[in-house]
Amino acid sequence: MADVVVASQAKPQFREASAWDQLKYNRNWLGFWFMLPAMAFLIFFLAYPLGLGIWLSFTDTRIGRVGQFIGIENYQWLWDDAIFWLSVFNTLLYTIVASALKFAIGLYLALLLNENMPFKAMLRAMVLIPFIVPTVLSALAFWWIFDSQFSIISWSLKHLGLISQNINFLGDTTWARICVIFANIWRGVPFVAITLLAGLQTVSPSLYEAATLDGATRWQNFRYITYPLLTPIIAVVMTFSVLFTFTDFQLIWAMTRGGPVNATHLMATLSYQRAIIAGQLGEGAAISSAMIPFLLAAIMVSWFGLQRRKWQQGESND
Amino acid sequence: MTDLPTRSIDLKNVLSGSAPTADHSEGMSYLQSVPRRIVTLYLPLTIIVVVLLFPFYWMALTSVKPDEQLLDLDRYNPFWTWNPTFKHFHKLLFESYYPHWLWNTMYVAICATVLSIIASVLAAYAIVRLRYKGANLVGGLIFLAYLVPPSILFIPLATVVFQYGLFDSPMALILTYPTILIPFSTWLLMGYFKTIPFELEECALIDGASRWQILIKIVLPLAIPGLISAFIFCFTLCWNEFIYALTFLQSTSNKTVPVAIVNEFVDGDIYRWGSLMAGALAGSLPLVILYAFFVEHYVSAMTGAVKE
Repeated sequence: MADVVVASQAKPQFREASAWDQLKYNRNWLGFWFMLPAMAFLIFFLAYPLGLGIWLSFTDTRIGRVGQFIGIENYQWLWDDAIFWLSVFNTLLYTIVASALKFAIGLYLALLLNENMPFKAMLRAMVLIPFIVPTVLSALAFWWIFDSQFSIISWSLKHLGLISQNINFLGDTTWARICVIFANIWRGVPFVAITLLAGLQTVSPSLYEAATLDGATRWQNFRYITYPLLTPIIAVVMTFSVLFTFTDFQLIWAMTRGGPVNATHLMATLSYQRAIIAGQLGEGAAISSAMIPFLLAAIMVSWFGLQRRKWQQGESND
Repeated sequence: MTDLPTRSIDLKNVLSGSAPTADHSEGMSYLQSVPRRIVTLYLPLTIIVVVLLFPFYWMALTSVKPDEQLLDLDRYNPFWTWNPTFKHFHKLLFESYYPHWLWNTMYVAICATVLSIIASVLAAYAIVRLRYKGANLVGGLIFLAYLVPPSILFIPLATVVFQYGLFDSPMALILTYPTILIPFSTWLLMGYFKTIPFELEECALIDGASRWQILIKIVLPLAIPGLISAFIFCFTLCWNEFIYALTFLQSTSNKTVPVAIVNEFVDGDIYRWGSLMAGALAGSLPLVILYAFFVEHYVSAMTGAVKE
């Protein structure tokens, strides 16, 4: 309706709308002017680099030298590279284990926080703190907690009499993987919990009351009321969670830098190492471009999650 | 796009206990006895909260412990210290570039946030209210841009930054951070702008206001909570950003706090832990303080971006 008024302003009765008027009042031109700053940023620093990255992956560019087009040679090279495949394996392991546990613990925490209890507001605020603090800085705290000699965990376990020697947390391949996954879960749980809690609060309590009157147990309450109503928000939250876990860089870089013996190298850290430290921009770009299919898969999951949500509500797809 | 079933999310209630849910849930809690509540609710909750907060306690404790206590776990109980020292903070503030790094981080974060908010306000208003041809498509594309992670962009961006001659200058970060912030804050502000009634704008249009005046004088004052949410969340994201800052900055004095701590403080020194943790704590405190004042806005930013 507002636009009708604009349109009539744009065509005064006594003279034709000049080109200048068109630029000032036409809805599409106005839209263009308003979009200009955001679009400039996104095109110059997001869309263009995204394309450039894919182009770079087909060249042998190095730092300080313009590359030649070499076709899929980088990818062929990676195909035979055991470290690359190890990083793919690590990334998948890291993403799957961390996301599954983040979801389980986050949902559990959300359910706990949804209960009525004293200091509720303060507890909820405290839970979110790991999400606020910069990842690198909390990763450093974990680095210190998992120190090989002065780890507080080793100390406590020794004093409890459970182990006799310090655990070499970040020096042993299995332990290092467990530690980085733990740190990732620690950082991600608050986000999952608080967003799911927001979803939980939209579920009407009368549903539970009705179900309880009908003799439903707590598990049935969860399985047949909470979970189905929460599915849409779970789909979105988990897509974000998977996406950001898959492309994680800072946590690994601050804690292990991919070591020991590449056991915690993710695709992002490997591409940084190859591209920036070793200077092989083309090869690094090929590794990061190899992440794109996985990301597309995650986005598709989110898309179908949203579709299902509309279908569940019986709404048209607007 | 769509709201959640049954009731839309009331953001203030996520954190405060005064949710309508709370009044009703009182009705069912009598079904649980006190011991059962302790085992199924308080015990697991305590464990989770302790695990979530322990690293910060440890960070704070380490940063005030004297060096000899840090490394001698047999004679001193590591969980507490009776003679705290501010030596590590002193070293941080007066013997390193730390104030510089803090200033760089703050400067980059504020500039990038302001730029992104201005761009996003205009974009969100245009998408929601001008509804030009293709507005929905552009909205979808901006959402997709939100899903492009920095870890696949940093290599080509490094070459772009180099070409534009921005390498090793704060401008490189100020111009690249908005690519992370604009999609997020545009999406968040679109949600806020949708809640402002059309009628207000129509009245203003009839009174002869231009679109620009409407945006400045009507829409923005009504969207202030959304602006605050977007602002502090963007600020936090900037402060947290690591990979761009690591790649685009080289000289020690130009670095931001996260990068500087990881690169400059991590040397072979066995006594580094105190100052390392002091640095990490000092780098987190500004955000935690900001968070303490704007808890609800944080939550609305987080859930707002997911809700849409």
